[in-house]
Amino acid sequence: MTFFLQLSVTGFALGMVYALIAIGFVVILKCSNAFNIAQGHFVLIGGYLGYTFLVPFHLPIWAALFAAIVVAALLGLLIERLTIRPLIGQTELPVIMMTIALASVLEGLVTLIWGGEYKTYHGVLPTITLKLGGISIPPESLTGLIVSVVFMVLLMLLFRHTKIGLAMRATAEDLQVVQSFGIRATTVYAVSWVIASIVGVIGGILLGGVSGVMIPLAEIGLKAFAVVLLGGVNSIGGAIVAGIILGVLENVAAGYLDPLLPGGGLAQVFPFMVMIIVLIFKPYGLFGLSRIERV
Amino acid sequence: MSLPGGTFRENYAQDMAILRTRPQWVMLVALLALLFACPLFCSDRILTIMTMIGIAIISVHGLNILTGYCGQISIGHVGFMAVGAYASAILTAKLGWPFWAALPCAALAAGMAGLIFGLPSLKIKGFYLIMATIASHFIIIWLILQFRGITGGPDGFAVPKPKIGSFVFNSKASYFYLVMIIACLATYLAVNIIRTRAGRAFVAIRDNDLAAEVMGINLWIYKLQAFFIGCVYAGVAGALLVHYYGFASVDQFAFMDSVWYLGMLIVGGMGSTIGAVLGAVSLKLLDELVTVVGPILSVAVAAQAAASLALITRGLVIMLFLIFEPRGLTHRWGMIKAYYRLWPFSHEELE
Repeated sequence: MTFFLQLSVTGFALGMVYALIAIGFVVILKCSNAFNIAQGHFVLIGGYLGYTFLVPFHLPIWAALFAAIVVAALLGLLIERLTIRPLIGQTELPVIMMTIALASVLEGLVTLIWGGEYKTYHGVLPTITLKLGGISIPPESLTGLIVSVVFMVLLMLLFRHTKIGLAMRATAEDLQVVQSFGIRATTVYAVSWVIASIVGVIGGILLGGVSGVMIPLAEIGLKAFAVVLLGGVNSIGGAIVAGIILGVLENVAAGYLDPLLPGGGLAQVFPFMVMIIVLIFKPYGLFGLSRIERV
Repeated sequence: MSLPGGTFRENYAQDMAILRTRPQWVMLVALLALLFACPLFCSDRILTIMTMIGIAIISVHGLNILTGYCGQISIGHVGFMAVGAYASAILTAKLGWPFWAALPCAALAAGMAGLIFGLPSLKIKGFYLIMATIASHFIIIWLILQFRGITGGPDGFAVPKPKIGSFVFNSKASYFYLVMIIACLATYLAVNIIRTRAGRAFVAIRDNDLAAEVMGINLWIYKLQAFFIGCVYAGVAGALLVHYYGFASVDQFAFMDSVWYLGMLIVGGMGSTIGAVLGAVSLKLLDELVTVVGPILSVAVAAQAAASLALITRGLVIMLFLIFEPRGLTHRWGMIKAYYRLWPFSHEELE
């Protein structure tokens, strides 16, 4: 029982980070109807930025976080302006291919700048140790949990109580109506890319603090897709719930089944199996809106 | 439209013909003759590059039928190549089957895998289908790693060179002929599959699946058919790939390669058989350029420059094509042809 609870708690904290990354994905999808395959690469860049600001630059945590957010915002703006805006009005495939190409270019840039080496800043992030009965909560997970929750609350406030948040929610509802009201859709797009890149980078810093940074960290983005699909692609609440579910499931399944399977590595494919099952039986996820088409 | 003036269709045979004029025939025969004469004057290195291009062409034809014509976007194409590759490798290496019998079985195995993972395509489309195909890639590779008793797991296993009768395809030139003959057949089939009833159904599904269904096209059957055909092509390409390397390992089937196959389709022009060929040739040549320039850069700039150059150039090429030439090289080629045909006028007189 303790083993199970331990796995679940670790999974829960991991799931919150997944959810944070997935939110970035959902924000872009809702506002600009673009599927951002490069979300995992924002995470990768975040991890390396965290390393750069914390280890060679020796910045304090808050300054490093602030600097990473500034870089992420600039990156988001640049990407939206150069790659996504020329494709406004195109169908799904060009936009998806664009974000895939973007992922490749970002990975190339990361390789060029940081050399693709394994970097770690374990123990630099502040840690909070907590023990509940026999279960110890890993300190980095707790930090991750707290930062994720803070950012989710901030995003919630942005969407509920600011003008741009309202514009973004309206754009998600109906682009044409929004434009006829005189709201600039391109601004909304830019803001959504900035948000996505910021949450990705924050998630990257958190994950990098736990397990170090390397190029395969970008594959976390693919796991975030499973989260998004399970939660329903246009629901932020769904992304949070699904993130937690998937984090717990993945950890528990890997903990119990990996000793039984010779090859191991179930944790890597588990999200994809969930993805296929969700797609076959409940294509629009737990909280997604089903699309009804009329001819 | 693109035929020279004075070419009339006087009977059904002419109406159905793919090549209409004598110059087209002459050019085709000349091209094929040149292609098959290559081993006479090309070095082994160039033959290797051309063999790889041939394999890529076969694979991209499959993807073109599935994605370009039927509109079912697949980013798991390499996973299906792996199925075909392992099927053929196991049949020849472990069970001692002859190559000519193993290849169709490999194609069939990949097609079956395509059918299974194509099942969700009836309910989902667009992004959801992309996710399903990405998932299928990772699940296939994981399964291959799991059955290490047969597949050797991460270590892989040796595969014999293909053999027909007592003739072994072990020289570069003989393998070049094998791949090119299959690639030409694949191209010929791809051109004609699109002209059948099924091919026209694919295009209708791509353009508007609801309207297609209203017109009486059975979406279930035709979408699965597209998956089957596309994956059969992938299986053949995968089998040729492992027999060429003489070794089967999951490292040969990286996830990003699926993306490059889609990239070839975009660079060449979606929904065009010639586009698939053009795209495969141009992106593979670009890769070769990168492998030549990369080492120079890594000496001049930094050790990691070669790896990053490959990623950045491929990404940038796809980006630039998406922004400036979304219909690919085929469209540009057509525009150039039209320009020369119509000069000094800027456009045709519309009736």
